[in-house]
Amino acid sequence: MAASRDFVSRKLHSLLGVIPLGLFIIQHLTVNYFATRGPEAFNDAAHFMESLPYRYVLEIFVIFLPLLFHAIYGVYIAFQSKNNVSRYGYLRNWMFYLQRISGVIVLIFVTWHVWQTRIQAAMGAEVNYQMMVDILSNPAMMILYIVGVLGTVFHFANGLWSFFVSWGFTVTPKSQRAMTYVTMIIFIALSVVGMRALFAFV
Amino acid sequence: MMSEKKTVTLKIKRQDGPESAPYEETFTIPYRQNMNVISALMEIRRNPVNAKGEKTTPVIWEMGCLEEVCGACSMVINGKPRQSCTALLDQLEQPISLAPMTTFPVVRDLAVDRSRMFDALKKVKAWIPIDGTYDLGPGPRMPENKRQWAYELSKCMTCGVCLEACPNVNSRSEFIGPAAVSQVRLFNAHPTGAMNKEERLEGLMGDGGLANCGNSQNCVQSCPKGIPLTTSIAAMNRATSLQTFKNFFGSDR
Repeated sequence: MAASRDFVSRKLHSLLGVIPLGLFIIQHLTVNYFATRGPEAFNDAAHFMESLPYRYVLEIFVIFLPLLFHAIYGVYIAFQSKNNVSRYGYLRNWMFYLQRISGVIVLIFVTWHVWQTRIQAAMGAEVNYQMMVDILSNPAMMILYIVGVLGTVFHFANGLWSFFVSWGFTVTPKSQRAMTYVTMIIFIALSVVGMRALFAFV
Repeated sequence: MMSEKKTVTLKIKRQDGPESAPYEETFTIPYRQNMNVISALMEIRRNPVNAKGEKTTPVIWEMGCLEEVCGACSMVINGKPRQSCTALLDQLEQPISLAPMTTFPVVRDLAVDRSRMFDALKKVKAWIPIDGTYDLGPGPRMPENKRQWAYELSKCMTCGVCLEACPNVNSRSEFIGPAAVSQVRLFNAHPTGAMNKEERLEGLMGDGGLANCGNSQNCVQSCPKGIPLTTSIAAMNRATSLQTFKNFFGSDR
């Protein structure tokens, strides 16, 4: 008997969130971080990414297709749950709730972000340091980016915790608790990276 | 001797039938020592008069063992799902609110239909098939350390509290819930049961199966028997992950 569609979709959803999407987030934040070394360094790093060979293949198979599946199936999962943190205020139930809220925030943010940068680039705009300075000079945009980046980083870190349970790596309560600490340290560390990069543009 | 008679107030969410609208009715009953929620309900049944002094129908509920091993008398008491037999009035804040569990269809008043749980047990084949035409003799022995943790899993009484607490078990999802997942671990741990472990894992990998767990971990916090449900879920996640690879790439059983 083949595994059911539920099983395959859920497992794929969990896997894609870490590989490749999680790895892509880390790579993206690292390139952004070059902004802390000045416009020159950022433009060089961005240009290097732009000029990678078979760029469209990478974009389609590492970013867009996984992102599309993860986002659409994720919304389905999020709206299937009946949240009950008011009656069961345990830490992991809050994390479960926040995972769904942050997922929706990330979806909105990423849609906007792709429109504002990648699609503009496809229509002839140049993605560089100055572009981000122009975008982030608007305080509303700055707030959207801060919320969006923090939401993304949380969703990845907490999703990594679930990934370890869903694939059966962390079975004991002890290992699951340890992973809570590890993933929250990842959340904080990536938040620092993301925020420092954002504030390098203002 | 006593100046005034002590009373107990209960606010009960009632429903006349599966399709009718729920309503609330308040009852004030005389207090006796060591009462539990069931004896309070029995008092209402004996004298079905509500707090306004109107005659009404007795409140319906389910019960069986009265010692927290059958799981039949679960209901939401002061906001928490639990067994009404072990809910002692002295330990509850008044007025005591009683409501049917929301995850299951209401039959009437506090009685719910837990068929969803029993269907889940059938789906994952939560039993050990030993019936045949001749005596197979004794099965293989079970290591003592394994028996100890497996015994904890065997305390499940299908009471429904874990499904009630789970945000992913609801009318919009087919999720079988934590209880059945833990039962697969129990029967797969048994030396004779292990002979059919793939069949149970396939059941868990079906639609509405284990993968629908969202790891809110409310189940393990709510289980009245203290069953390590999230450990069972993670252990079955590992087993089904491995089973997927075995199925796809091939393996000798």
